Amino acid sequence: MNAKNLISITDFSKEEYLRIMDLAADFEANPDQRLLDGKVVATLFFEPSTRTRLSFETAINRLGGEIIGFTDSSSSSVTKGETLHDTIKMVSNYADLIVMRHPLEGSARYASEVSDVPVINAGDGANQHPTQTLLDLYSIVKTQDRLDDINLFMVGDLKYGRTVHSLLMAMSHFNNPIFNFIAPPELAMPNEYKLYLQSKGMRYFEHTEFTDIISEADIIYMTRVQKERFPDPVDYEKVKNVYILRNKMLKHTKDNMRILHPLPRVNEIHTDVDSNPKAYYFDQARNGVYTRMAIIAHLLNLK
Amino acid sequence: MKKQLNVSAIKQGTVIDHIPSTALFKVISILKLDHCKDMVTFGNNLDSNVMDGKAIIKVENRFFKDKEINKIALVAPHAKLNTIKDYEVVGKYVVEIPDEIQDIARCFNPKCITNHENIDTYFEVISKSPVALKCRYCEKITHQDQMEIK
Ligand SMILES: [Zn+2]
Repeated sequence: MNAKNLISITDFSKEEYLRIMDLAADFEANPDQRLLDGKVVATLFFEPSTRTRLSFETAINRLGGEIIGFTDSSSSSVTKGETLHDTIKMVSNYADLIVMRHPLEGSARYASEVSDVPVINAGDGANQHPTQTLLDLYSIVKTQDRLDDINLFMVGDLKYGRTVHSLLMAMSHFNNPIFNFIAPPELAMPNEYKLYLQSKGMRYFEHTEFTDIISEADIIYMTRVQKERFPDPVDYEKVKNVYILRNKMLKHTKDNMRILHPLPRVNEIHTDVDSNPKAYYFDQARNGVYTRMAIIAHLLNLK
Repeated sequence: MKKQLNVSAIKQGTVIDHIPSTALFKVISILKLDHCKDMVTFGNNLDSNVMDGKAIIKVENRFFKDKEINKIALVAPHAKLNTIKDYEVVGKYVVEIPDEIQDIARCFNPKCITNHENIDTYFEVISKSPVALKCRYCEKITHQDQMEIK
């Protein structure tokens, strides 16, 4: 079983990140490349995630591939007690590639060990969602024309937000990033990530207030502050309106600055930001299709 | 009875000493001594200057490879082995926690696939004292005080 997989963002080297970036740019310039003609891709969504599924299925369709799979395990044999092992064994007989999302952490790594064909992790519980990170990187390189020397502000839930952790790991492969963390103390960036940056000699700054310090930012990466993360609802009420980005706050930000968000948003980006040219989160979502085309082409050696 | 271990001597084989009393049956199960055909004798709650209560296991005709015996280090970190030939101690060994651990401990993460499907756990040992294990699957770290033996 030597199939190439994408399970965790740490599975890829810097060279592979850069190759995905190049391929994504190529697919964006020439989206009609029927490289998956005659191939079957299984999209196994053991829990629903409409956004991610549509993005993958668009990428597969654009590449000319056929799709099999399910969108919710309640409509499949999984509810009849079939193990993940047996589901993956069966599907890997039918498909050339498996894209899976599963509520349990580590499920994608396990599936990749069972499967004879490559597996792409489209989210395993709170653990990893590497294609999101690669599309974030593509959005950064597209808007900044570089991945070195990026001043990256991360805002909101930095404790549980897996997207910010993976993006931090990915950006640490590039030269001289500056990280600025803006979060309530309850949702601060975990120590392990700060220690990791220290070990690589990389700079980071922590803030609890969302103020004009953002004027230095190249990228502001916004995340949701979710109510269920707070044991005490009173604590949530205290911070829920503190980390909201409003259009008037963008006045003194740099011209090249762009705002990213993994979506869906709740209220953390006010709708008055949407028409500002610095708002990039909807373009970011479209970049996901090209990035996923690139990942598929890379794993299946189609290019 | 004098200060002598109440477990008879063996002609040849292995004596595993300095096992915490609470870990005796875990050691037996990790080494699968409950399934072996050789003569196994053990004693529990024996006097020890080092520990509150300790256990000892003697296995006739068995010699363990380091890799095999190191599996018990998670539950018996101070275990010592004496290899016996003709009633004489011919070798001594102190167990060591290996760099990788397969299917001995449980992942502490209730949402980890290894706690939902019947599969072996695999950990990378990222710290030996105190023990910290990184799960190959969910990537979470199980610390010594959270550790449970399967
Ligand atoms: Zn685990």
